[in-house]
Amino acid sequence: MAKTIQQINERIASGEAVVVTADEIIGIAEDIGIKKAAEYVDVVTTATFGPMCSTGAFLNVGHTTPGLRMEKIYLNDVEAYGGIAAVDMYIGATQASIAQGDEYGGAHVICELIEGKEVKLRAYGKGTDCYPRREIETAIRLDEINEAYLYNPRNAYQGYNAAANTSSKRLYTYMGILQPNLSNITYCTSGQLSPLLNDPLYRTIGIGTRIFLAGAQGYVAWMGTQFHSGVARDEDGRPLSPAATLAVVGDMKQMSPSYIQPAVFEKYGVSMFVGIGVPIPILDEEMLKTVCIKDSDIAMNILDYSVSDGAKPILKKATYAELKSGEVDIDGKKVRSSAITGHNKAREIAELLKEQIADKAFYLTEMVQSFPQGNKLNSLK
Amino acid sequence: MKTRLLLSFPHNLTAEPVTYTLVKRYDLIPNILKADIDHNRQGSLLLEIEGEQANIEDAVMYLRGSGIDVQALKAAIVIDEERCVECSACVAACEIGALRCDEEFKLKFEADKCIECMLCIQACPLRAIRSIF
Repeated sequence: MAKTIQQINERIASGEAVVVTADEIIGIAEDIGIKKAAEYVDVVTTATFGPMCSTGAFLNVGHTTPGLRMEKIYLNDVEAYGGIAAVDMYIGATQASIAQGDEYGGAHVICELIEGKEVKLRAYGKGTDCYPRREIETAIRLDEINEAYLYNPRNAYQGYNAAANTSSKRLYTYMGILQPNLSNITYCTSGQLSPLLNDPLYRTIGIGTRIFLAGAQGYVAWMGTQFHSGVARDEDGRPLSPAATLAVVGDMKQMSPSYIQPAVFEKYGVSMFVGIGVPIPILDEEMLKTVCIKDSDIAMNILDYSVSDGAKPILKKATYAELKSGEVDIDGKKVRSSAITGHNKAREIAELLKEQIADKAFYLTEMVQSFPQGNKLNSLK
Repeated sequence: MKTRLLLSFPHNLTAEPVTYTLVKRYDLIPNILKADIDHNRQGSLLLEIEGEQANIEDAVMYLRGSGIDVQALKAAIVIDEERCVECSACVAACEIGALRCDEEFKLKFEADKCIECMLCIQACPLRAIRSIF
């Protein structure tokens, strides 16, 4: 029997909703079958906690008297973008500090604000009739500024290629350290817990979907950038290479440093570990089938990162389960594999979201608009 | 036996000929792994010491009696478990397998295996691993 999101929300409100994680549903469906599981379970929680460079925050710090049109802005010596209205700004996670270089960046500033720390603000403007002031040096705190919301243009990749290196030189990448001569593999995504892999054709995840974002209740704001829904898929609609992404938004004032952490990748730069949880309503048997995806069902390409000119060749097509086992056989060579993602944090988020829904603290939303299917990627000429 | 000791000197003892004393009086073979001595302030000395266990114990007594702080060290790195998010980026860097993840993705460090290449320090995105040197 099919359920609607409204009916599921009514069950949440009455305390009757059955909520399980995307890890737990696999065993439940094996035990009682797809049909019964679809009737029994209302919501499956998914999550991920990985480095997501495409992260940043809009801030409005409030006006001074006399006013300053903030055109050049630094937060703890990290430049924030000021090419919007007078005291609005965007601080990007990967922006490096002009004082400390790649060891400190926008991600650190965002997290220090979330932790309640004071952040030094320096801003400059040319001085106008309506904003005569030309500079300011002061300090801001999250609870003292007006708005602060994370707006991440590209998070929660639907699958991500694994990385290796066949060259004779060690590579320092956003996928971590890749040892020479095909000595190790690194991989991301949270496998069977991954939000978009549990809803491969975006039946329930779309614009307006309420999500867990770094401890706050946030939303899917738009399709993420580099949205590539038009990739090749298997017979169950699962993408065979990285596909959709999410643009997400959420209130920094509600966030917790437990679920968002700055990252520094050696000789690459600053990034941000972002924790995202997405509840998937079990509308019918078809939906239940898709959330039963297992690590062994997930196709992962292992790419050669030593090739920088042109497409990186695929060294092997493996499954997520193979990568997770810690060793992958490539042409007879056993190569160590390790993650660049917080599996345990992802599990914690899926559990937390499950509890929040069961405690009536988190309700599901109907999407406002679905994502486009068949979207292609353009390259820069 | 072999052991590794980190000696921290207060400013008034930075001129003490410690290594000489360890050789001469306690019949030990010290191998200096790292030294950082500033005569005006303080210093630290990381030694690998080889010798009879009783002699090593006596030498530690002598060092502590002289006002030198002595720490026996198993490994060259310290992992800040509060900061660690168990992303396992350090595991990628650790070719020797001293750092690894168990089946539950808990980070495990086997100090005995560590060859002190220090690559894990660079690899950790959280900057949660530091050198004891």
